[in-house]
Amino acid sequence: MEKTKKRTGPVLFSEYTPGSGIKKTLEIGREKVLYDIRNSGLKGRGGAGFPTSTKWMLTAASVGDKKFIVCNADEGEPGTFKDRVLLLEYPELVFDGMVIGGITIGAKEGFLYLRGEYEYMLKPLEDYLDIMRQDNLLGKKILGSKYDFDITIRLGSGAYVCGEETALIESLEGYRGEPRNRPPFPVNTGYLGHPTLVNNVETLASVPHIITKGGDWFRQYGTDKSTGSKLFSVSGDCDKPGIYELPWGTTVNELLTIVGAQNTKAVQIGGASGICVPRSQFNRKLGYEDAATGGSVIIFNESRSMIHVLKNFMEFFVEESCGQCTPCRIGNTKLLEGVERIEKGEFTFAYLNTLKDLGNTMKVASKCGLGQTSPNSFLAIVDNFRNEFFHTNGNGGQK
Amino acid sequence: MLVLEKNSLSEEIEKLAELYGSDRSALLQILQAVQKKHKYISDFAQQEIARILNIHPVEVHSVISFYSFLNSKPKGRNIVRLCKTISCDLAGKCAVEDAVKRELKINFGETTRDQKITLEYTNCLGMCDEGPAMLVNERVYTHLDPETAVNILNQIK
Repeated sequence: MEKTKKRTGPVLFSEYTPGSGIKKTLEIGREKVLYDIRNSGLKGRGGAGFPTSTKWMLTAASVGDKKFIVCNADEGEPGTFKDRVLLLEYPELVFDGMVIGGITIGAKEGFLYLRGEYEYMLKPLEDYLDIMRQDNLLGKKILGSKYDFDITIRLGSGAYVCGEETALIESLEGYRGEPRNRPPFPVNTGYLGHPTLVNNVETLASVPHIITKGGDWFRQYGTDKSTGSKLFSVSGDCDKPGIYELPWGTTVNELLTIVGAQNTKAVQIGGASGICVPRSQFNRKLGYEDAATGGSVIIFNESRSMIHVLKNFMEFFVEESCGQCTPCRIGNTKLLEGVERIEKGEFTFAYLNTLKDLGNTMKVASKCGLGQTSPNSFLAIVDNFRNEFFHTNGNGGQK
Repeated sequence: MLVLEKNSLSEEIEKLAELYGSDRSALLQILQAVQKKHKYISDFAQQEIARILNIHPVEVHSVISFYSFLNSKPKGRNIVRLCKTISCDLAGKCAVEDAVKRELKINFGETTRDQKITLEYTNCLGMCDEGPAMLVNERVYTHLDPETAVNILNQIK
């Protein structure tokens, strides 16, 4: 696995010696690791932004003869590809993070749940795990300590909803990837009923840096509520699409300048389940306190039809809804139907308002994050790009 | 299905159960292995998997029907999946889509008459910065245009 190009960035792409985080963990002990993670203010990088230290402490504190750590590499959010880059170019960060987590919470086994679409990564990742085993960074008595830990890679089979942590656990157990009711949370009752820590790839990749360089070092980047940096997966209408590591708090405008985007009409932040930001809001800050995101940034220029974009998103959700709960299964179908009618120009404002009510209901009534966030782009686009709807037939609204 | 074929399939599934374990959590891995080799999971294979894992065959079928990369009906020897999600769409997916359809003379969701290629759509492949992208079995191809996409398909055996 040769690095195609040297990437640079303040935190994740800074210097790191493979294995050094594990060594440091064994020196400083589990309590200090938990303290450092807490001090760093690290939050879940998948998009939900749950404090990582809380998850780690709860799993470490829960009682069980077996515990598991799972790295969630089921990145299916449209426009997100940071995990692909991390796993292909920085596997040492992800796997070291898993080992550190395993030692800290008391797990002996870890899983990397790799999405089926990334099957081509399986071989290089397995090879890297073998190297780690040879170096005694995995396996029995890691680096001569009393800890045993090993990692198994499991493949998904093409289901977006499996990125939800309880659905992922169902899938690991050999069931349909349908989210569970919570509570109980995986930190107490996870894989096969054992306490399980599920973290995003990027979250785990941040851990070795925090352990070797300290929580204070991590905190100096970003804002008060969003510490550290974030990988942004930029695609769409710009000169330089790709992965960018930027500190939290960067504004949409600054990002657009960095990636060379011109004539931008709107930016979709957080993928299909995120928010659509029109030009008037380009001064918004990327961070958990304002525009929260798992890192997906899709840029649309003046030539794009927002109705076409919205239709693509809604088709995605109709296909990917697991169908378990009614608000999400029927709601997304109805919203797609609505978008199709808007596209044809066959709608009344009363109908549009009913659809908005439906969207707001889905946000509160759906069982998991999929249905709770899928109406976001519908609501944002209907509110912010209303004037486009009257011109969808290309005749300035005239029949 | 011939008796000989059935026997060899049973043997194959038993070997998979030895490798991955014969408890429920091995189900997805076994299904993935059968899918990869045969391009679909036949009724007989489903029954055998259920027998070995000691679960009802309907459970096996329900899992297959949930995941888009698993299927219970025969498909072509190669499965081509074109990403249709927004970034690839913006990057020119439609042109690739039309060219591929014209060249193979089939629609998406169909298999060529010689059983060589099944065309399908897929959601985001995580190649948004290099779109349009498609998967040919497990290999990914990026920066497609109508011509390169057709060339890739012509090279498939």
